[in-house]
Amino acid sequence: MRSVIFRAVAPFLTSLMVLFSIFVLLRGHNEPGGGFIGGLIAVSALAIYGIACGVETVRRAIYFHPMAIAGAGLFAATIAGLISIAARVPFMTGLWIYPSLLGVEVPLSTVTLFDCGVYLVVVGAISSIALSLEERGGE
Amino acid sequence: MDAAALTLLALSLPFVGALVAPLLTRLLGHNAAWILALFPAAIVLHFTRFLPEVSRGEIVTGGYEWIPSFNVSFSWLIDGLSLTFVLLIAGIGTLIVLYSGGYLKGHPQQGRFFSFILMFMGSMLGLVVSDSFLMLFVFWELTSITSFLLIGFDHSREAARRAALQALVVTGGGGLFLLAGLLVIWNVTGVTQLSLLVSFGSEMRASPFYLAALLLVLGGAFTKSAQFPFHFWLPNAMEAPTPVSAYLHSATMVKAGVYLLMRLNPVLGGTPEWQILLPLFGGATLVIGAVLACRQTDLKLMLAYTTMASLGLLVMLTGIGFPHAIEAAALYLVAHSLFKGALFMVAGIIDHETGTRDVTKLGGLRSAMPLTFVIALAAALSMGGLPPFFGFLAKEEIYDALASLDRRAMVFAALAILGNALMFAVAFAVALKPFVGAKTETPKSAHEAPVLLWIGPALLAAKGLSAALLTGLTHELVSTPMATAIAGERRQVTISIVPHIGMPLALSCVTIALGVIFYLNLARLRAFIATILSDIGWGPDRGFDQFMRGLVRFSVALTRRLQSGRLDVYMTVTFILVAAVLLGAPLYYGELPRAPFFAADVPLHELAIMAIAVIGLFAVVLASDRLTAIVSLGIQGFAVAVIFLLYGAPDLAFTQFMIETLSVVVLALVMTRLRLAPSDHRPLVQKVPDLTIALACGIGFGLMLLKVTGVPFDASLTDFFNLYSKTIAHGANVVNVIIVDFRGTDTLGEIAVVMVTGLAILSLVRLRAGALRRIADNDPDAEERT
Repeated sequence: MRSVIFRAVAPFLTSLMVLFSIFVLLRGHNEPGGGFIGGLIAVSALAIYGIACGVETVRRAIYFHPMAIAGAGLFAATIAGLISIAARVPFMTGLWIYPSLLGVEVPLSTVTLFDCGVYLVVVGAISSIALSLEERGGE
Repeated sequence: MDAAALTLLALSLPFVGALVAPLLTRLLGHNAAWILALFPAAIVLHFTRFLPEVSRGEIVTGGYEWIPSFNVSFSWLIDGLSLTFVLLIAGIGTLIVLYSGGYLKGHPQQGRFFSFILMFMGSMLGLVVSDSFLMLFVFWELTSITSFLLIGFDHSREAARRAALQALVVTGGGGLFLLAGLLVIWNVTGVTQLSLLVSFGSEMRASPFYLAALLLVLGGAFTKSAQFPFHFWLPNAMEAPTPVSAYLHSATMVKAGVYLLMRLNPVLGGTPEWQILLPLFGGATLVIGAVLACRQTDLKLMLAYTTMASLGLLVMLTGIGFPHAIEAAALYLVAHSLFKGALFMVAGIIDHETGTRDVTKLGGLRSAMPLTFVIALAAALSMGGLPPFFGFLAKEEIYDALASLDRRAMVFAALAILGNALMFAVAFAVALKPFVGAKTETPKSAHEAPVLLWIGPALLAAKGLSAALLTGLTHELVSTPMATAIAGERRQVTISIVPHIGMPLALSCVTIALGVIFYLNLARLRAFIATILSDIGWGPDRGFDQFMRGLVRFSVALTRRLQSGRLDVYMTVTFILVAAVLLGAPLYYGELPRAPFFAADVPLHELAIMAIAVIGLFAVVLASDRLTAIVSLGIQGFAVAVIFLLYGAPDLAFTQFMIETLSVVVLALVMTRLRLAPSDHRPLVQKVPDLTIALACGIGFGLMLLKVTGVPFDASLTDFFNLYSKTIAHGANVVNVIIVDFRGTDTLGEIAVVMVTGLAILSLVRLRAGALRRIADNDPDAEERT
């Protein structure tokens, strides 16, 4: 894409969208949002960045291969399910802890970890498809 | 550690050995055999402790629950039959491991070989001790698979690969028959354990499904135990290294079918069908195997065909139903494992030390290999059924069972005499002929085998002698419990080593006399059989090739028909089916929805959004080029998402927005790559069918939605999730809580699918790109340009 305005704005837009996707991911348990939607937002962000600045730039920016990200996500989700076995409750039972960070009580759970796994799988799998298609589009 | 855990440990020991074998072999070379032999030796020691208990007639069962809800357990059954098999497998296994150490000394893949053979040992042990059907089947197929690996061990040779595949197809396919048979038995009796099955014998035999169960079980047993006409894989399996032939294809695996028949004898046996089918196939296999053995000149092939004949004899004895026949089968099975294992190893030694296995090229090895000669002779005497060897006991018992004036008995006695006489001749052709006469030139100059090679056959031959000399002890510990287990009732084996005048001894003498005549005229006999066979021409071995070729041709034709490789054909077929299902079913059952109810006071903004959706649709249809059509599709999708939002489904709307955005991006990217014309130039005649299908699908989906929304809404799930989402799962967003918590396992499966789909698409894209690049690379003009 040759538009100068688009190329200038794209990095800021992308970072904002990725930030927003993480926000959507984390608030998902109580408000509209979650790993699936968050992941899709992040993929759109990466797609925009790719269209504006080229696939190589995106690949450098995310550092890992998208499929490795997806694999890590699937691994995290599985681990989130397996933790409950260590607590002698059935597979995938949600477990919660409430540590105090800087005086604020933060609810953490295996469910959150699981949702992050979903997020990473969606980001990795779909962006790898989009990026590989864009790559060929640029030839 | 309790007894059950110890037995489980013993059963898993071979697999542990298989794991460490490659490493040990790398460290110690062929001497790793001494350490690896300790694994089966430990198993022998463990199971020997059951001997007193089992010889008292007790049955030891044990195990662990596996899938209790399906009534599947990992359990074992140790009685006279399985214990004898375990001791044979582990005992001969110990010797085979040692023998392999010498036989494959210096082979680059010796570690892998040890690993395979120990894996086989574990599978075979599991097979014979299995109590539950499922475990029996799993181990049954595992022996087929490990046998495949071992036959194809020398995988650089075409013949070895073919033989391995053939054995796998025949025995593995037979295993499927067995599975079906076991399922029939399970359905009829309701039990899944062999130990419980015994008390259902009369019920099983009276069932209308008896014949089906019997035929299926025989399908498994006959393929595994190489009964005619499924015998052809066994001689071909001689492509495997000799330790494999000695172990799998004579002493243990091929007896699995016989084991199964013996195990099921109290349940399925005793009926007219059983007493006709088993002796018929067994008898045919006995004679055909023995005749074919005489024709061969390769030591291993001669032995392979006599193994086939012996298996036929065992099947015949198991099914024939005469008094003492079961006892004879038990004795002969043990005797055969001992002498045939030893003879195979001797054949391997001769091959290893002289470089040839062709019996016509061998002679006069007596002075060079005196020890091997003694071993061979001892094994052959047992195989020929001469006193004081174990084979003699078996043969006396066989003739004791068959010596009667009954017409049926006379036929089978004649078959047994002919088969045994031919086997007698082959035994001495293998064990005597290479050692006597004038010394011949061999590829390698012969000398005595190293200790690793002769220790195995020597111990087996010695065992064949000592088991016969200590007749009383053998009967008490092995023969009697085994015969009892096969018969399902108390049996006492009493046959003794001292020849006593009577009908059996007379038949033995006839056999030996005939055998000597055959031996002396072996060359003439061989030529005669060869002429007959070449006149017949066709054999099951060639039939197998024809069958495989036919199968491949059929599947190629079918695949070509179903998989045209054209995306538009697949899409058309899929959507026609979708439309047919959606429209056909409601029309057939008269379940069309009622006309929808339109509210009078639809708010203006809702109407506007619906209008946008409709405009989007028309834009898609009327768009002049493809890119516009794709973007217009997005308009419609966004409008639908807004409707979701208005009706209180923000999560759904959110997702829909993102999906629409991404699908427009991805579709546009794909379109740019496809290098299609910007618009669809097909004539109207070609567009109309597509239009019809699209309309039919759309109408079908519309009708289905109307029907579904017409049904009163069941709110029990909604109530449940609203009630418990916050209290149990600590989340206010019900949709998200369902996804990640209540139905988290579903989501785990779904994201795995997303990941795999991503991988598949990625590799498809890469494949095309790679192919294009390769073409470009091969283009000399392109190189000049760059």
